[in-house]
Amino acid sequence: MIPLEHFLTLSGILFSLGLFGVLARRNAVLILMSIELMLNAVNINLVAFSAYLVSTEFVGQVFALFVIVVAAAEVGLALSIIIAIYRSRATSNVDEVDLMKW
Amino acid sequence: MTGAQFLFYALGLATVMGGLGVVLSRNVVHSALALLLSLIAVAGIYVLLYAEFLALVQVLIYGGAIVILLLFVLMLTRSGESPLVLDNPQKPVALVVSLLFMAIAIVSFFLTRWKLAQAPRGVDFSVLGGSLFQDWVLPFEVASLVLLVALMGAIIIARESPQ
Repeated sequence: MIPLEHFLTLSGILFSLGLFGVLARRNAVLILMSIELMLNAVNINLVAFSAYLVSTEFVGQVFALFVIVVAAAEVGLALSIIIAIYRSRATSNVDEVDLMKW
Repeated sequence: MTGAQFLFYALGLATVMGGLGVVLSRNVVHSALALLLSLIAVAGIYVLLYAEFLALVQVLIYGGAIVILLLFVLMLTRSGESPLVLDNPQKPVALVVSLLFMAIAIVSFFLTRWKLAQAPRGVDFSVLGGSLFQDWVLPFEVASLVLLVALMGAIIIARESPQ
């Protein structure tokens, strides 16, 4: 049997990778991919808890499903925003999109 | 080492390698393909956690739809700068922050006393579906509304403006 902590460690590593990507990348699409990594890490956590912890319900799997739904909506919207920005400013570099920066 | 353990470590390695590819690759298309590897490996992890339905959904939604969408947008927004600089100057700070987060998270995972069940167990498709349509029916409907609104919003935002 694989210990629960190993699944959690995997999700911790994956979340940190996503965090690094969000903070270090400049391309908006790459930042979005890193966010997907973080969401997947959270999902691994939820599903692992649902399988391993004392509970009569399987809330973890239902939550993971909702996370996937929200991720799909988020990707669709974010990509359309990226396309709109690219159309008006000819860049997908988030450092150059600073009109609202104080 | 049992088969499940071997499979878990192999899939975990694939997940982490894919994640590393996403955040370190110099080529955006390679990043997207590494993301695909990582997502499919996560589907395998779901199977090991007795969540077959989620594994199916993961392959369909992430592997099928989201990665394709990301690749399309990468091709539509290909920028002209030839020496592609993908990382911003705060990279060292980002490295420190994410390593710190990883250390704290992993230490707390191992220090917490989890209320473990007798053995890991899964749930049938029918039980999951019943729970989704009985206990979680309101969030389910809201989720479908969210998807609809996001779809319309995406079309309106990405549409060419009339003038």
